Amino acid sequence: MIIIGERINGMFKDVKEAIASKNKQPIQELAKKQTEAGATYLDVNVGTAAADQEGTMQWLVETIQETCSTPLCLDSQKTGVIAAGLKVINAKPGLILNSTPLNKKSDEEVFDKYIEMAEQAGPKANIITLTMDKNGVPQDVDTRVAIAAEIVQKAMEKGFDTQRLFIDPIALPVNVPNAQIQMLNIFNAIDQIKYLADPAPHMTIGLSNVSQGTSERSLINRIFLAMAMSHGLDSAIVDVLDENLVNVVATAEMLMNRQIYSDSFLKAYIAANKA
Amino acid sequence: MPVPEVKDSFTGSVNRVTLGATKDKGGTRTSTITVGGARNVVYGGSIEEAGEKPVIAMDVLDSRPDDWPDLLAENYQDVMDSPGDWAKKCIEQFGADLICVKFEGIHPDKKDLDAAHAVKVTEEVLKAVGVPLVLWGCGNDEKDNQVMPKVSEAAKGENVLIGSVKEDNYKSLTAIALADGHHLITHAPLDINIAKQVNILVSDMGFPLEKVVTFQATGALGYGIEYAYSIQERQRLAALGGDKMMAMPAICDVGYESWRAKESKLADAPGWGDVKDRGPMWEATTAICLLQAGVDIIRMRHPRAVATVKNFINQIRQ
Repeated sequence: MIIIGERINGMFKDVKEAIASKNKQPIQELAKKQTEAGATYLDVNVGTAAADQEGTMQWLVETIQETCSTPLCLDSQKTGVIAAGLKVINAKPGLILNSTPLNKKSDEEVFDKYIEMAEQAGPKANIITLTMDKNGVPQDVDTRVAIAAEIVQKAMEKGFDTQRLFIDPIALPVNVPNAQIQMLNIFNAIDQIKYLADPAPHMTIGLSNVSQGTSERSLINRIFLAMAMSHGLDSAIVDVLDENLVNVVATAEMLMNRQIYSDSFLKAYIAANKA
Repeated sequence: MPVPEVKDSFTGSVNRVTLGATKDKGGTRTSTITVGGARNVVYGGSIEEAGEKPVIAMDVLDSRPDDWPDLLAENYQDVMDSPGDWAKKCIEQFGADLICVKFEGIHPDKKDLDAAHAVKVTEEVLKAVGVPLVLWGCGNDEKDNQVMPKVSEAAKGENVLIGSVKEDNYKSLTAIALADGHHLITHAPLDINIAKQVNILVSDMGFPLEKVVTFQATGALGYGIEYAYSIQERQRLAALGGDKMMAMPAICDVGYESWRAKESKLADAPGWGDVKDRGPMWEATTAICLLQAGVDIIRMRHPRAVATVKNFINQIRQ
């Protein structure tokens, strides 16, 4: 399971304050803690904290990479912000560009631009693409799969390895009116999208969205994650500091026979992720 | 009919482990041995993905064994009272890649020999041969914990492979192997889950996983080899799948297990063929079978079996 730690995001109060006061310590601490907890990548999102988003992205990337070598996942809907991050990043450990829709009204070529940026960043640069296009977020299975098919086809046309592609079928909060059916739609979409290419693209999701505004957030996240993994989700942007959540990942991987059982299988999962 | 070419590629690999320390690395060995490194299943990919050649460690006992069948013992009658000469014979005459000193004689139910004896044997063998050594206790936890730390200390700096630690007895030997800079054998009773658990336990003590070699109590041909085979195979697949806790090279004990089988030594068995050939064949067949499951170091005893297996390894790795 490719775990992307969500905590370095300007939407969180502590990160917002650190950005405002250019205080490196809380950012570096979050990078370290998430890495120790099992993060494969660290998401970096400037949020709405700063007026200068590009400068803030650069400051965050440099601050994290001063003390931490975990690969980063540059998270912005704006190509300019991602491009700014790419100017200063060390992409050698790996990289994800997060995220682009297939296309949007204001920019038909947005996905192409992400592919170009990824190619320039090197062979270890991946892209998260959302099953979303200029018509917005699809509400059913078929549209999700159709958009994913276009994403995969475009990547292949451009010679972009499908193993460098992470497809995000977009999770909506379960408590949004009439959105409860979306959970099942997502599972069904994952089932089908995995067959669009061989080797299959990765499947990822912004897990915390599912439980946004609900009670029992951690429980909802955990159960959703286990269910989605059984459908083929192999990556997620999560609160990796939630130990119970990481234990769910370890247990699900073991139950799916991807990790050999041992009495210390929880510990083994974290240790193996670190090594 | 054309045979389809089936190829698979993997993301993980078996750790590469180098045993023995030459003078420039603080030891007195004249050569080192590197095993592991496979990036595919046995015969599953290109020769570059096959990693290092498997090696044969011939057994030298710390004292004259009294339970070896004549057909086996006759090869060593002249050296059985001198482990140093015994080791030398295995290297010079029988072509062993390395030597496994097995301290059978310290077992309380056998000769109950003490640590001073074991240290003397270790020093003697280190002096007699220049190849890397495997130093393996008697299997009695209490006695091994008492004697093997002294043995480890006597070989300090030589980067030997110390055996073995188990799920319920790993602390003292792991600590001493760590302190003396040796490699370590983690031992499981034909159980993949326990194998992983022991690796986690030693890793928890700060022992580097890159210095571990795993051992599953081997089953000989006719005596559970299918279990040993499938466990070794599963371990290899886990390593190739990227499981760092299972990415170690494996050692197996073919000599002892094969010669325990009655088929290898029973003379009065019409229809089973000449007993002179049967024993070495039993041992060689067991070894070759396990080689195909992906083991890296094979402990062996009969010189003819060793010659057959070496020939096999050299032919397939040409």
